[in-house]
Amino acid sequence: MDFNDTPEEAAFRHEARCWLESVAAPRDSSSSFAISQETGDFEAEFPAQRDWQRSKYDAGFGAIYFPKEAGGRGGTAMEHMIFMQEEARFNVPVTAHFMIVNRGCCSLLLRHGTTEQQALIPSSLRSDAVWCQLFSEPAAGSDLAGVRTRAVRDGDDWVINGQKIWTSNAQFAQWGVLLARTDPAVPKHKGLTFFIVDMASAGIERRPIKQLTGASNFNEVFFNDVRIPDAHRVGEVGEGWKVAVSFLAGERTNIAIKELMPLLGGIVNLARRVRINDRPAIEDGEVRSRIAGFYIQEAGVRYTVQRMLTALSRGENPGPEIAIGKYTLANLVQEMTAFALDLQHAAGGVMSPGAAPYDGVFQDEWFGSVIDRLGGGTDEVLKNVVAERILGLPGDVRLDKDVPFNRIGQAS
Amino acid sequence: MNFDFSDDQKVIREEARKLLAAQCDRHRVRALLDEGASYDAGLWRIMGENGWLGTAIDEAHGGLGLGRLTLCVIAEELGRALAPVPVAPSLYLASEAIQLSGDDEARAELLPALASGAAIGTLALTEGLQAQRRLDGLECRVHNGRLSGSKLPVPGGQIADFAIVVAQADDGRPGLFHVPLQAEGVTVEALHSIDEGQPLARIRFDDVPARMIAGDAGPLVGRLLDRAAVYLAFEQIGGAEEALAISCEYARVRKAFGRPIGSYQGIKHKLADMYTRIELARSNAFFAAWALENDAAELPLAASAARLAANDAFAFAAKECIQTHGGIGATWEGDPHLFYRRARALGSLLDSTYSWRDRLVDELEALIGAE
Repeated sequence: MDFNDTPEEAAFRHEARCWLESVAAPRDSSSSFAISQETGDFEAEFPAQRDWQRSKYDAGFGAIYFPKEAGGRGGTAMEHMIFMQEEARFNVPVTAHFMIVNRGCCSLLLRHGTTEQQALIPSSLRSDAVWCQLFSEPAAGSDLAGVRTRAVRDGDDWVINGQKIWTSNAQFAQWGVLLARTDPAVPKHKGLTFFIVDMASAGIERRPIKQLTGASNFNEVFFNDVRIPDAHRVGEVGEGWKVAVSFLAGERTNIAIKELMPLLGGIVNLARRVRINDRPAIEDGEVRSRIAGFYIQEAGVRYTVQRMLTALSRGENPGPEIAIGKYTLANLVQEMTAFALDLQHAAGGVMSPGAAPYDGVFQDEWFGSVIDRLGGGTDEVLKNVVAERILGLPGDVRLDKDVPFNRIGQAS
Repeated sequence: MNFDFSDDQKVIREEARKLLAAQCDRHRVRALLDEGASYDAGLWRIMGENGWLGTAIDEAHGGLGLGRLTLCVIAEELGRALAPVPVAPSLYLASEAIQLSGDDEARAELLPALASGAAIGTLALTEGLQAQRRLDGLECRVHNGRLSGSKLPVPGGQIADFAIVVAQADDGRPGLFHVPLQAEGVTVEALHSIDEGQPLARIRFDDVPARMIAGDAGPLVGRLLDRAAVYLAFEQIGGAEEALAISCEYARVRKAFGRPIGSYQGIKHKLADMYTRIELARSNAFFAAWALENDAAELPLAASAARLAANDAFAFAAKECIQTHGGIGATWEGDPHLFYRRARALGSLLDSTYSWRDRLVDELEALIGAE
């Protein structure tokens, strides 16, 4: 067991730090603990996020664990982690949510894509192309295999009709990954096929959804007779579920590796500043108990990720265990921020950045945490994954699992 | 970075697991409970013969010198087996106290006997309702080399050959004293404990000769509790994992309303929560084990976190193990209460969660620095 960098890791860390110092200023302590990407003004933030991703890519840090042939650095997952640790010390745009989707799409194309499809990877890693994920539907959320959007073969094309929802970044995206039903006469998991979609295609309509924060990053996306060439199909016809599952596993990893120590540091400093029961809050036993509880979960997830990286660096497949990191962190942010707002006395209700303590970061993150408990698999679905795939417990009752999709809900 | 045990340590883990499955299954654990025995002397002897007891004692003092990390590996397996053996008093506490004392004579005299199992040691620290880290105003005092006062509870006090006693020295500060428990003036009273496999005693000292092995021992006791907390965390994680395993096994076969209870989210999410807490505890314990092995500056923070997370994981797993088993979980014949007892016994053995939280936040504040 060794926590220190290997000589190779230390050399990489040095290189990353030198580059970051040459292009960015260190973070200052006041507004330095924002973590979420689901709040704020997306229209304003997006260009800066994309510029930063391009700078990183051009310097060799934007696609670290992707192979050189695909336009990446050819580095390791560990180096990606090291870069994220170093990057967190600088005042740069937060790691953009769109890059999580972009990396996921690129990984997916590497695994399942054709040569032509794989040609899209380098520009996507640089963020010249932005991707969106067209999975969920109004009637298919946690039960994703229930998607109804139809893809009907017509010559060399597929014709798509239906509606997608909760699509982040659809307003910026040039490409999308789409899960659609190609055969409604077979059970629901078997009739799905996976596609990539040129978002400039005729017949695609995007409507922003105003989220509880007031911001609009999610969209509804409508497909009206949209034509997709068969060359944009990913994997075999009817194998779409398998492809989608491998995509979602990657997304959970991304959510689990958020750095929460800065947020916890912010809470400790807040507890030093405010007084409760006539003394600094940090001296109060209940406050200390809560902070200790936050740290244990934060460190627990952080070191779980390191165990996973150790497995990855040996070429082992970490498996579904990372699901625990995803729901633990999402809940933790919600608890930590609610705690911080409570500590702020009446000022906890202020949203105006100039007037709210710490520029309203805790307020923003408190709203943002709601979304992380849902996206990429809800807490409830992920606990099913843990129980069934790790602990070997029997599956939930799935009444519609073996019924042809177009007969679900009908009397048998 | 390599955040895992070595291949050698994994081999030791497999051997320990096999040996304990053969020598210490739950029938045996239960038989000792029925007999009211305070520990499994046969298993203790085998552990000594196999070198386990000397794992974290260096070769110069009769141990194997395999390091503290390796003892963590063994501790996890002992926890999984609910082994009724005095590793906590003898190895996690007495041996580490002697090693921390800096007293070469005590090391040479006492460590070889602990490593072979020829002697069992313990730490006599607690005085009733006093927090373990609070060492001012100790009732036990040593004056002119003679100890008087009483300690309660002393882990394994009724089976130990000697105790390292924390008492107020002539200079008014706490010191560590070596006291053979056969000495005249020592009265050992065996107590019933929540888990009889983790025996507790009251020991009275009446003008007993005591040799100081460390003075000004306040900081030393803090470091000692940190070290013991890491070993115990692994033992707790092993126990929690086994409680989860028998719960899953039962949830797969027990049927209600026509299907296995493990298919209901009320049960499966509870078991997923157990798994989550165990894994978070394990990750904290891994970091603490690294800090322990390397005597790193992070040890107080890491040990506090490991202790708290493992306490939480085992307590939760043990109580929900009973709940998952339903009525049978509340019987003497069912196994779940063995875990319920052990979880509470290990939870009480080493300072309260309130003290550990306080220590954790002190360390966290230092780490974060001033605003």
